[in-house]
Amino acid sequence: MTRVAYTHQIQELRDAVVSLASMVDKAIARSVDALKLQDVQLAWDVIRSDAAINRQRWQTEERALLIIATQAPMAGDLRTIAAVIHIVTDLERMADHAAGNARIVVQTAEEPLLKPLVDIPRMSELARAMLADSITAFIQEDADAARAIVERDDEVDELYDQVYRELLTYMMADPSTINRATHLLWAAHNVERIGDRVTNICERVVFAATGTLEEMAVSTY
Amino acid sequence: MVMQQQTGTDEGIRVMPGLTAVERPEPSYAEATVISIRDLNVYYGAFHAVADVSFDVPKNRVTALIGPSGCGKSTVIRCINRMNDLIPSAHVEGQILYHGVDVNGAQVDPVEVRRRIGMVFQKPNPFPKSIYDNIAWGARINGYKGNMDELVEKCLRDAALWDEIKDKLKQSGLALSGGQQQRLCIARALAISPDVILMDEPCSALDPISTLKIEDLMRDLVRDYTIVIVTHNMQQAARVSDQTVFFSLNERRQGVLVEASPTRQLFTNPSDQRTEDYITGRFG
Repeated sequence: MTRVAYTHQIQELRDAVVSLASMVDKAIARSVDALKLQDVQLAWDVIRSDAAINRQRWQTEERALLIIATQAPMAGDLRTIAAVIHIVTDLERMADHAAGNARIVVQTAEEPLLKPLVDIPRMSELARAMLADSITAFIQEDADAARAIVERDDEVDELYDQVYRELLTYMMADPSTINRATHLLWAAHNVERIGDRVTNICERVVFAATGTLEEMAVSTY
Repeated sequence: MVMQQQTGTDEGIRVMPGLTAVERPEPSYAEATVISIRDLNVYYGAFHAVADVSFDVPKNRVTALIGPSGCGKSTVIRCINRMNDLIPSAHVEGQILYHGVDVNGAQVDPVEVRRRIGMVFQKPNPFPKSIYDNIAWGARINGYKGNMDELVEKCLRDAALWDEIKDKLKQSGLALSGGQQQRLCIARALAISPDVILMDEPCSALDPISTLKIEDLMRDLVRDYTIVIVTHNMQQAARVSDQTVFFSLNERRQGVLVEASPTRQLFTNPSDQRTEDYITGRFG
């Protein structure tokens, strides 16, 4: 087989995406745990870990540019590399949303939770499952699987609607809850955006596999 | 790559301006076709070297022939202007239609074919004459009666060589650098008003800067001519051509056409796995 070193470089690039996705998934999980438990220590861990995620994102992008500069990738390789550059951007933004939720914990931990969190953790589970499946679809170059994942974002969006309505009723019933309710709304919005970012990843997976750029599941928000 | 909008809006497909250095619409086969090759088979003696090749060469476009060594691309291009007539063992079957006329037809004069379909070779081969006479000689023997000085200047300008040698026209063509010699050969080909220019690895013997100058020249020349280029350099094919034709060897070691596609498509999303394997460099 020719171009062994080049093939290896492309594989390393894919591995870097998987590794970054794993870091991001952990950040999302821990940020929601911190919200549920009002755990400020855990929240600070998430905030501090964001720097490592940012570094990994830039390194992966640099690796991709280096392959373009030195190896003149074509066809499927070129599409994969272009997809990677976009995917790591979306992953990094997802981590920013997780860090945003961690900051909400730090800001609101003095007051008790308005109610035990149920819907936000459920949204997070759905989004994390979508993320894991999108990365699997990326590795397997499976456009059909990617398209199917996009449909699942509707459930995340519906839960967000539910959270929004519920928090509105809290605020209307008792204005003293507005501060906490607003922070929870932002937290839910952060998780809803994580789901949207996964659909962006799926668009890039379809592109890498087929060469077609398809706009999929435009967000309602 | 194809862009599709599925948002339900009516925006259609947008091509971003300035996306490529020279924005040119991809050739569609409704465009004028200058050369049509149909079921071309070439034999060297008993050896069946090229099998069942069919493709079209669109007018005012660059068509690149790529593929591994020995896959028949030079053989095919040499059929187009009947250069294979000069090889005693070569035998051609099938049709090579130039504006609808088979170049191998009984009534067809091969010299006239080669006047209209000029050729530039891998190793620059100017005549051992002055720069001026390299261009004037071909025009003269083809009966050119106009102002020769003007013709020589026009050809040298069209070949992007005039500014470099306008004060040295009496100098021998062989005294030029490799890149200049090759441009002189292009100017020489232009002097007899061809319709098509065939280039068989025109830049293989040249340094990178000369190569890029000739590539720029090709983009200018297609305004008035049709170009077919054989190249080993895939990046060159990707840079200069509108259509790329990929040849390979089948299991009987015959040269076959695998894919003919718009260049943008072939290098980003080829239709055939063999094309993808070749252009990504994965063999064996």
